[in-house]
Amino acid sequence: MTNHPPKNNTAAQRKYAKRNLWTGILFGFGLVAFIDEVVFHQLLHWHHFYDKSTKDIGLVSDGLFHAFSWFATIGSSFMLADLHRRHAFWPAKWLAGILLGAGSFQLYDGIIQHKLMRLHQIRYNVNIAPYDWTWNLIALGLIIAGVLLMMQTKTKTSSSKRSTAE
Amino acid sequence: MINHHMNHENSGNIHFILISASLIAIYVYIHAAQLSSKIYRKWPIYRYGCFMAGILCVTLTITDPLAGLSHMDFRAHMISHLLLGMLGPLLIALSSPLTLFLRSIHISWARRISRVLKSRFFQFLTHPVTTSTLNIGGLWVLYTTNLYVAMQHHFLLHIIVHFHIFTAGYLFTISMIYTEPTPHKHSFMDRAVVMVLAFAGHGILSKYIYAHPPDGVSPVQGQIGSLMMYYGGDVIDLALIFVFCLQWFYATRPRSLMTT
Repeated sequence: MTNHPPKNNTAAQRKYAKRNLWTGILFGFGLVAFIDEVVFHQLLHWHHFYDKSTKDIGLVSDGLFHAFSWFATIGSSFMLADLHRRHAFWPAKWLAGILLGAGSFQLYDGIIQHKLMRLHQIRYNVNIAPYDWTWNLIALGLIIAGVLLMMQTKTKTSSSKRSTAE
Repeated sequence: MINHHMNHENSGNIHFILISASLIAIYVYIHAAQLSSKIYRKWPIYRYGCFMAGILCVTLTITDPLAGLSHMDFRAHMISHLLLGMLGPLLIALSSPLTLFLRSIHISWARRISRVLKSRFFQFLTHPVTTSTLNIGGLWVLYTTNLYVAMQHHFLLHIIVHFHIFTAGYLFTISMIYTEPTPHKHSFMDRAVVMVLAFAGHGILSKYIYAHPPDGVSPVQGQIGSLMMYYGGDVIDLALIFVFCLQWFYATRPRSLMTT
């Protein structure tokens, strides 16, 4: 290998910095929706497919987010492949996106869908408060981690260090 | 419960005609593909497979035992719905029968038909918003009005509804993934947005059926049918999204890669 490819890499990475972030955000969305479906609906049976107290707007919101996250999972995988073929994949930026996407979807699910729209609860026949707190604090933690990582990768771009080529 | 006792000899004749028609369709497809492979680029093998599997999906739903069961059992009806309205159209769309047809007929006729396909009417008919409305809107009408019950009593209505389910599913598929000649193309972004909204409409309807099954459907069957529609739909949507993204991946190929 010559000395040129790594330098080109960084240029491509910077050119597609935003796309790295968005690919991560979409993947994070899909990831949380997937974990929600597999772990909480299918394996634990904590979540219910339908809750009699669901409001109509809850059904609409669930349908939209379910369809969108399904599309996002597959779409972001192809976007990742696209970044790779352009030699523009930037893992740190991508990871920041995943944390942001996962955290914000989980927070939306935990506050808006579970509590306001009463789509379904995290678990039934238990004291729900600790579950809600854990759920939403994890979401908040993911968002904070995502923002921190995003800021960190931003400073690296401005000082144009080659360390981001990793 | 529902009058499904058709004259048995008569239904036997109908089944014979339907199965023969399916076999003839497959024979004509293979024959046309092989003939046109001699003149144009070789017809890909996977398309033969897709066409046969697609025709199988359609034939399964319109013949017994599934067709007879669908009259009484909502779960059987839902399997029919997934095969006739989603999987069948997707497989047949992937086999590009219209392209094959245009390749097989005389070029002057092909030009004439292409001109018709370019018309305003077809532009409207194959617009993603139109096809989504026909497809998902049609299902809302079917399951939330008394059309579902009426369909079980009137044979002609039954045929019209099933023809609509397949045709709407096919138009929806070819308006999202371009496997047939598409004179009026829409951007990937536009199609993706409409597709997500259409899938959402399908998911919302599935969950709605869970709590409000159509008239004449027991709550238990409604719930199982709802789950089948929701998760079965997801699986077939996955295939459609995958092909859609794959087409995007090829279309946005960077120039630097094209030359190498």
